[in-house]
Amino acid sequence: MPQKQPPRRQSISVGRGARKRDEDSGTDVGEGADEWAQSKATVRPPDQLELTDAELKEEFTRILTANNPHAPQNIVRYSFKEGTYKLIGVVNQLAVHFSQVGNLIPKDSDEGRRQHYRDELVAGSQESAKVVISETEILEEEEPKEAEAEPEAASQTDVLAAEAAAKVTEEELLTPKQPKERKLTNQFNFSERASQTLNNPLRDRECQMEPPPRTNFSATANQSDDITKVTQAAKIVERMVNQNTYDDVAQDFKYYEDAADEYRDQEGTLLPLWKFQNDKAKRLAVTALCWNPKYNDLFAVGHGSYDFMKQGRGLLLLYSMKNPSFPEFIFSSESGIMCLDMHVDHPYLVVVGHYDGNVAIYNLKKPHSQPSFRSSAKSGKHMDPVWQVRWQKDDMDNNLNFFSVSSDGRIVSWTLLKSELVHTDVIKLKAEGTATDGPAGLQLHTVGCGTAFDFHKEIDYLFLVGTEEGKIYKCSKSYSSKFLDTYDAHNMAVDAVSWNPYHTKVFMSCSSDWTVKIWDHTIKTPMFIYDLNSAVGDVAWAPYSSTVFAAVTTNGKTHVFDLSINKYEAICNQPVAAKKKNKITHVQFNPIHPIIIVGDDRGHVICLKLSPNLRKMPKEKKGQEVQKGPAVEIAKLDKLLNLVREVKTKT
Amino acid sequence: MTEWTNEPGLCPLRSSGPRPAGLGAQAEVEETLKRIQSHKGVIGTMVVNAEGIPIRTTLDNSTTVQYAGLLHQLTVKARSTVRDIDPQNDLTFLRIRSKKHEIMVAPDKEYLLIVIQNPCE
Repeated sequence: MPQKQPPRRQSISVGRGARKRDEDSGTDVGEGADEWAQSKATVRPPDQLELTDAELKEEFTRILTANNPHAPQNIVRYSFKEGTYKLIGVVNQLAVHFSQVGNLIPKDSDEGRRQHYRDELVAGSQESAKVVISETEILEEEEPKEAEAEPEAASQTDVLAAEAAAKVTEEELLTPKQPKERKLTNQFNFSERASQTLNNPLRDRECQMEPPPRTNFSATANQSDDITKVTQAAKIVERMVNQNTYDDVAQDFKYYEDAADEYRDQEGTLLPLWKFQNDKAKRLAVTALCWNPKYNDLFAVGHGSYDFMKQGRGLLLLYSMKNPSFPEFIFSSESGIMCLDMHVDHPYLVVVGHYDGNVAIYNLKKPHSQPSFRSSAKSGKHMDPVWQVRWQKDDMDNNLNFFSVSSDGRIVSWTLLKSELVHTDVIKLKAEGTATDGPAGLQLHTVGCGTAFDFHKEIDYLFLVGTEEGKIYKCSKSYSSKFLDTYDAHNMAVDAVSWNPYHTKVFMSCSSDWTVKIWDHTIKTPMFIYDLNSAVGDVAWAPYSSTVFAAVTTNGKTHVFDLSINKYEAICNQPVAAKKKNKITHVQFNPIHPIIIVGDDRGHVICLKLSPNLRKMPKEKKGQEVQKGPAVEIAKLDKLLNLVREVKTKT
Repeated sequence: MTEWTNEPGLCPLRSSGPRPAGLGAQAEVEETLKRIQSHKGVIGTMVVNAEGIPIRTTLDNSTTVQYAGLLHQLTVKARSTVRDIDPQNDLTFLRIRSKKHEIMVAPDKEYLLIVIQNPCE
């Protein structure tokens, strides 16, 4: 190799240029470069390639890769899965240049531990040998000191030697253990330095006052503290309180019979009992009174106004005699109530007629202020005030129905179908004799104004209508245009007509022309005429006798007549109004008790008791059985009528 | 028509029949109690519950408590007396007339309404 170098160097230095030569000359300076510099002529070997300059300048790139040049590049292996030879893409490029097997073993492996143990043993025996040697040296040093002493020394040395030997054996025994048990001492010589202050012990220090005296305050609050549960009791107590206040009145009502009647030659008196009035009804007149057919202490009062100019609202109040200070039921309406009636079978139904022509039905079971049913302009209400309403018997379909009469000349039958009022015009009143000839021979009839009516107790279809002209028409429900009969009753409007409760032929009428007339419906002229010196507001037959009736006048008086006692005069003539100028508007007899209620135009209702004279029953003749019952009453009246008729036929 | 056919003969004016619940009934009772209190001669009214604790009163506390306690016991005794004699019977109300005034007690299911009135005023 060294031999080849110089010629190569020379060729290189020729081929590469001056730089190389400088380097070479640099290196060669130390080794006698002058000699070499002289022989710098290029020497070309004979087998050197002949290249052109272009070829010579051609650059060849050499790349260093990590590939193993000896590794095969296209290994193919047989794949049994596919059954073909497959080219393996990745070939292992690892080339091992040098490998040598060493003799190092890891410490933790079995062989390593075994060796370590063996080494320790060796080290331990060497140490013990050293210790023995040092001890023996010490002993040897001690021996010469004690050897001169005595022969015991020899034994001592023996003993000592034995001891030393024992020690050695002991140590030999101990040392193999020691290296094992020797602790790993801290190589860094770390010592902890810490200090702690003295901790003061904790102590609880408290102080407590004496607690203030305690009292328990408790109450129970119930969710069900419902005051509404006392309603019933409250009602009862209210009545009790009233009874206490009006105790004397209640006693009178029940027990008082005017003893003075015996001395009063047939005349009777009316004892004022309770007075019913309510603030709400202060300015309203009593326009209707009606006793409840079932509960004899309950009555209804209708309030309104008779004054055409002053029309206000209406009130329907229901009072019980047991509580005169406050009504049981209150219903208010926009228009004045002119009339009312309570149904016999359903005593909780009250039908009222209003001043504006409407009719309404109130249900006492549902005491809110709204009527259950009401007519309207659509459903055929009257054009004028409704003066009278009356319940009729249920029709064939068991629907409730009632009749109403009004100044617009219509008598209307209302039927309650499911939930509405249906009306049927029964009769249109025509004022007879007032037919005027209109154009083309038409006869125009002026409409009569009905002011009162009453239905016969037994003959269902028969009823009487009183009009404003003073005529009374006897009508039938079945004939709508013709009247059965006409009576020229009064000179002014007929205020009330009433059939006798016992006698089927007799009825009574009253009017503002100061008269009360009693008729037999078969005869065109009245049986009895009474002039009462003042416009008569209302008449009513007594329920207990066919010959007793009461009339009230606008001068505040109540007149009670008993035809069997006195045919020409009232047996009682008593001012009963609360105040002198109050006009009495209505009167009603209680069906059971001997009392009447009287209403005036100031909204007061007064309850009066009839004295015994007014309730006279026919005297029992000794030995004869007292006959009671309607037949007797009828007979009584018949007798009277016959007398009158005889008189008439005579004249 | 169905609503009319409900008990055609009976008018539940007196029974503790369907009263409108709620504010209507409340106001009604309050008004009734007010009327009772303002009636002539009434000295005081009070409502006592089933345990003898007064719920509402128009008298002063000590009087109320006294009346409530005593009358409650008396009512219980009276009721038990009535029922012992006839188990179907029950106490409707209790009136104690004394020289000075009259005490009226109306027992209800849960409450007791007591009114003291001086009727001779």
